[in-house]
Amino acid sequence: MGVRLILKEGELTAVLSGEIDHHSAREIRETIDDAASKVKPKLLTLDFSDIQFMDSSGIGLIMGRCKLMQVWGGAVRIANLPPKIEKIVSLSGINQLCTVVKGVKKDEADE
Amino acid sequence: MKPMNEMSLAFPSSSSNESFARAAVAAFVAQLDPTIDELSDIKTAVSEAVTNCIVHAYRNTIGTVYISCKLYENGKITIRIRDKGCGIEDVKQAMQPLFTTAGGERAGLGFAVMESFMDVLRVTSKVGVGTVVTMHKTIERRSKVSVKGKMAEE
Ligand SMILES: Nc1ncnc2c1ncn2[C@@H]1O[C@H](COP(=O)(O)OP(=O)(O)OP(=O)(O)O)[C@@H](O)[C@H]1O
Ligand SMILES: [Mg+2]
Repeated sequence: MGVRLILKEGELTAVLSGEIDHHSAREIRETIDDAASKVKPKLLTLDFSDIQFMDSSGIGLIMGRCKLMQVWGGAVRIANLPPKIEKIVSLSGINQLCTVVKGVKKDEADE
Repeated sequence: MKPMNEMSLAFPSSSSNESFARAAVAAFVAQLDPTIDELSDIKTAVSEAVTNCIVHAYRNTIGTVYISCKLYENGKITIRIRDKGCGIEDVKQAMQPLFTTAGGERAGLGFAVMESFMDVLRVTSKVGVGTVVTMHKTIERRSKVSVKGKMAEE
């Protein structure tokens, strides 16, 4: 499990990797919230391309970040969902709370 | 019908065991040669039930989580996940999508996920005694025998 943070032009991207469950969600949450609360970005992108497993704890994680970003009027975007976790994401209806996008290139944020 | 294989597990309700529990069940059911999608559904459902034991049943304490799993010749899998924790007062309400008593970081989707990822979900619970979650899923049999049979037909 890992989180790599990229800050670029007032936008924060968290590239997540490994498995998201109740156990791993805590560290992911703390890492993201730490940075987001300092920077108060207008957009937080959660990049799921390297996620191998996710249960409803991951949905809770996304919902919680949406709530946090609302405090300063920012938005959350979830990107690069692997087919494996598309099922749980669509069941959750989380797309009502944030935008879901495909094909945000990791190196685009890296440049 | 007699199961062709079965196993049981008991482990403490520490969150580090969530990944162990779903991986152990996945490794066991792999004998039935499930597809990647079927395996992923089973892992997710097990993770939900086990996490509920850890987060809700044994909130603020450590208790034992029990899993038993049976495999049948026709591809049916039964998984039972049990705790001796606080129990659920109103099971019907608890199973409603988005219902949660934990607030904040929980979506209230665990039971909804188990229900949609498995064929059958049954929950029985008694306050102060514990909760039993039983799930069934039948996976398509693609055994060597049927593959051979198919080849003979051709
Ligand atoms: N094993 C259990 N022991 C006691 N209470 C439980 C148990 N499993 C579930 N519950 C109760 O049922 C509610 C709904 O469970 P469900 O898994 O659907 O959602 P959640 O755990 O609250 O959130 P999520 O699973 O999305 O993280 C829980 O909030 C809890 O009150
Ligand atoms: Mg749950």
